[in-house]
This record gives sequence, structure tokens and C-alpha cells, in this order.
Amino acid sequence: MATERDWRARVPDGMWVKCENPRCAQLLYSKELDRNLRVCSHCDHHFRLSARQRIAITLDPDSFVETDTELMTVNPLNMEGYEAKLKRHRARTSEMEAAVVGTGAILGHPVTIGVTNPFFTVGSMGSVVGEKLARCVERARDQRCPCILISGSGAGARMEEGILSLMQMAKTAAAIGRLRQAGQLCVTILTNPTMAGVYASWASLGDIIIAEPRAMIGFAGQRVVKGTKSDLGADAQSSEFQHEHGMIDRIVPRLEMRGFLESLIRMTYAAPLRKGASVEV
Amino acid sequence: MKYSPSRWLPFEEGIRVIQEEMEDLLRRQSEQDVDLSAEITALQDRLEAEKRKIASELTPWRKVLVARHPNRPYTLDYIAHIFDDFVELHGDRRYGNDQSLVGGPAMLGDYSVMVIGHQKGRTTKERQERNFGSSNPEAYRKAQRLLEMAERLGMPVISLIDTPAAQCLFDAEARGISEAIAATQLLMGGLRVPIVVVVTGEGGSGGAIAIGVGDVVMMLEHAIYSVIPPEGFAAILYKNAAPEQVQQAAALLRLTAQDALELGVIDEIIPEPLGGAHHDGIGMAATLKQAIVRRLEPLLALPVDELVDQRYAKFRAMGKWEVRRG
Ligand SMILES: [Zn+2]
Repeated sequence: MATERDWRARVPDGMWVKCENPRCAQLLYSKELDRNLRVCSHCDHHFRLSARQRIAITLDPDSFVETDTELMTVNPLNMEGYEAKLKRHRARTSEMEAAVVGTGAILGHPVTIGVTNPFFTVGSMGSVVGEKLARCVERARDQRCPCILISGSGAGARMEEGILSLMQMAKTAAAIGRLRQAGQLCVTILTNPTMAGVYASWASLGDIIIAEPRAMIGFAGQRVVKGTKSDLGADAQSSEFQHEHGMIDRIVPRLEMRGFLESLIRMTYAAPLRKGASVEV
Repeated sequence: MKYSPSRWLPFEEGIRVIQEEMEDLLRRQSEQDVDLSAEITALQDRLEAEKRKIASELTPWRKVLVARHPNRPYTLDYIAHIFDDFVELHGDRRYGNDQSLVGGPAMLGDYSVMVIGHQKGRTTKERQERNFGSSNPEAYRKAQRLLEMAERLGMPVISLIDTPAAQCLFDAEARGISEAIAATQLLMGGLRVPIVVVVTGEGGSGGAIAIGVGDVVMMLEHAIYSVIPPEGFAAILYKNAAPEQVQQAAALLRLTAQDALELGVIDEIIPEPLGGAHHDGIGMAATLKQAIVRRLEPLLALPVDELVDQRYAKFRAMGKWEVRRG
């Protein structure tokens, strides 16, 4: 089951973790926290998850096959400090980039999955992230299976790649357009945080859009909004606000997420008039 | 073309001085009935030389100022000089009528086309009505409605971009600005009629790419296209950024038309009148019309499936990366 994933094994036994929620700040037994999919048992705060943690609690055990790892980020604008920043984030996360994509299964049904990692440049989308996600969407189209995209992108389009990052919005949006034409499901799951260029492209384009509770979700970051006349207010950029205003189908707690996805995938594959057949897993 | 009262950019002082001298000469010539044509010709040469000098010294930051110049032609100015019989259509049929984006069918020579574009205002009142060219979700939903109509009627689309950024305040958030931007891009990505996009002034991040997906994407020579305004980027790089740091940020972002061409984001740079489009809006409109017509013709000849596949491939190829071997 989802509770025995290898990433958890790396956390030393007996370690205590303080709840990230400053109003809670409870000391949590890390093993217990992991068993609870890193949701605080006192205040229900959902800790941020890395892309691989996310994949582990989403797909059938051992079904994930990573793809597109050959894509390497370059510094197209020769932006000073960009390479050093990437190096720092690579060292910190053991990942090469902010997106992990691949294929897998839910209840044995094939899906493709793309996840952005809030621990790597706050999941910002540059050329490689955009390209990986577009390929992930195209793979779902080619293999005639649903596509699941999970956002942990608080930084939107990656500024260090300038205008090229902006183009990734159009690229991923167009790819989802083609997936729709092919009659395949796209589910987007918005986690803390999902902002700006990511929210204004693929993250908003799921047939079904799900969010975790109390995630920060919105268009412009507070720093950008600050200095403008009207105050946005923190509440306007939350799962609950976006749900209330019709932008999100459901807010699903992390512990219920896998079960919810199972229902969606089961119903997708049971559609009597579904276009085409799925490939073997 | 309507102009706001003369506004000179800091580096245009030389032009201002010469133009005032020129007006003085012309006044004297008509009032005193003397022939000053030799002086006037000499002054015209000086003006030309000064404009040439300024044009050669346009740094990225200066281009930002030119792109934002209040006398730069706006979408409705271009529409007036490029198209015939423009019928402006209003409203998104869902919530409101956002005037920061205009659109409707028009004639381009013998063809009817659908024109959409951001619209800034010139007077204080008009600026407010048009929200300084910053669009709320209703603007993009109006664009979607017009794009879908264009597809049904078989009209090519001309999209003109000139926005500082999409609206990001509470109301925009409440009505789904992100969804509006995302859905417009998706729609344009698969629209089954030709789309010609031109960044005429400010190509401000999500607000710009929202209507920026086309078969051909062009920029005016001094237009800018950026993932974030230079002021915003400077604020992230440096706390309390000084003016020089904002200028530096503008250079780092590679936001000029020349950068965009080099990075493979646009197909063509459309030259502006000497010194910038704000010096000769009618001349600019004439050049822009030629470019649009020249680019549209071959698109009309393409089978529609091929057209849509090419557009998809075009945006699919955008971005830079390396492929690790082994
Ligand atoms: Zn807690």
C-alpha cells in the first residue's frame, strides 16, 4: 500500500518534525507523519511533497516508469546566476529539473503522469519543464490513456528563461487541446502552491480540476500584486476561494486523493462510448 | 490618429528642440510671408539625423519606454488605418464588456477577417475605462467568442497585442483570470482558420500570450515581449530597485523584438518609422498592413489540417534545451 514507499525509508527512525503550520507547530513523529501521507494529525496541514513523493502516493506500486530524462536545461539568456541556482536545487533535491514525468497505472489502468516539484525552484516552468509536460500529454494521446498533471508550481513561468518560459504556457495548452480532441481525460491536481503562468496554462485546463485543501492557488504572486491600489487579500488565493468561484471541481484531502482518482479512472475506462482502446500496461 | 498632448521621452530632447524650431520657422514663414524653405530643409535634415542617432541608441530599457509611449498607435488606430468596415462587437455573453480588448469583423482588402487586440486609452477617462490595457477575464472570453465565430464563418484572425499585463486584482481572481488566459491559448492552438499575431507595443506576460498563439507571430521593431515587466523582475532581483537596476533588468530579460527573433519566438520584425511608431502612426499602419497581407496570403492557401499541424509544431518547438546522450 501507499504507506510503505521507499522515499519514507530514507527518513531516519525516531525523528521528530515540527508542523510547518506556524499556528500549529506541533511536534510530529516523522514515521507517523509519513504514514499520514505528510498531513499533520493535529491541524490537517498538508506538507509539501516532492514530485517523487507525489507519484508514489498516486500510482499503483512499482508502476511508474520515468520518461524524458534526457532533456537537459541550458541557460538560453545567459542569465547570471541561473546555472548556480540550478546546481543548488539539484544538490538539494537530487533532481535534475522541476518536473518529473512518465507512465504508470491506477488500478492497473495505464495513465501518464507529470508532476512539478515545489522544492525545485518552487516548481517554475522553463523550457525543459514545459517540454516534459507537453510530451507527457502527447504520450497520453498516443497511448490513448488518461493524463494526470499535478502542480506544485508557485513560481509560474521561470523568469531566468524569459520569453521562452512564457511560450511553454502556449505549448502545454495546445498539447492539452489535442488530448481533448483525441477524447482522452486530463485531470489536473493543484497542490500548494500553484500560481501565475502554471495556473494560467495547463493547471487550469484539466477536464477535472482537483485541489488539496488550503493550497495557495492564484494568478499573480503577492509580491507582484503589492504596490497596486486594491489589496488582493490572502484569502483570494486559496483552494477554497477558487472552488467557491467555480474554478475547481473538488477540494480533496490528500488521504482521500488516491481513492478519488481511482473512481475517476475507473469511470473513464468504463465509458461505453470511449474513443479507441487502451494499450497494454 | 488621435494623439495625446506631446510627450517627449527623456532621450528625445534633441527631437523636441528641433521640432519646436521647425514650428517656429513655419509660423514665421506663414505670418511674415518670407521664404524660409532653405532653413526648413536644413532643419529637416537635422531632425532626420537626430532621429537616426536616437534609433541607433535604443537600449532595451529605452525600447520599453518607446513601447509604452502614449502616442504610439493603439489597436483601434491600426484598425482605422488598415481595415475597412470594422464592426466592433462587445461583451463576453457571460458577465461583462471589458473594453481593454476590442474586436470584431473587418475587411482587409477583399477579405473579411476577425480582428482582436488589446486597447489602451489616451485620455484619463479612456485610460480608466480601458483599464490601462490590463484585461480582466471578460476580455479574454470576448476574444474566445470572436475566435470561435471566426472559425465558424471561415474568417482569418488578426490578433494585436499591447498590454502591460493581465489584471491580477481580486475581481480578476474571482472570475478566473487564469482559466481565461489558459483557455484562450488552448482555443487558438487548435483554431481551424489562419491566425496572424503582431505584438505592437507591450507584450506583457500571460496577458499577451493569451492572444499570442498564431501561425505567424511578428513584432514591431521597438515592441517588447516579456515574461515579467522589468520593474517586477528588478523587484525580485534587488530589494528597492534603483532606476539603473530596472534598466539592467530590462536588458537581462531579453525582451526586445531582436531578442525574440533570435530566440525563435517570432517570425519577423516589422520596421518602425525612424525614431519609433509614435513619430508616424500612419506610416506605421501602412507598413503593418503590408506585412499582415504578405503573411496572410500563403496561410490562406494551406489545407486547414496542415495549417493547424504547422501551428502546433511551431509552438511545440519553442524553448531551448540539450539532449543528454546515453
Ligand atoms: Zn499541524
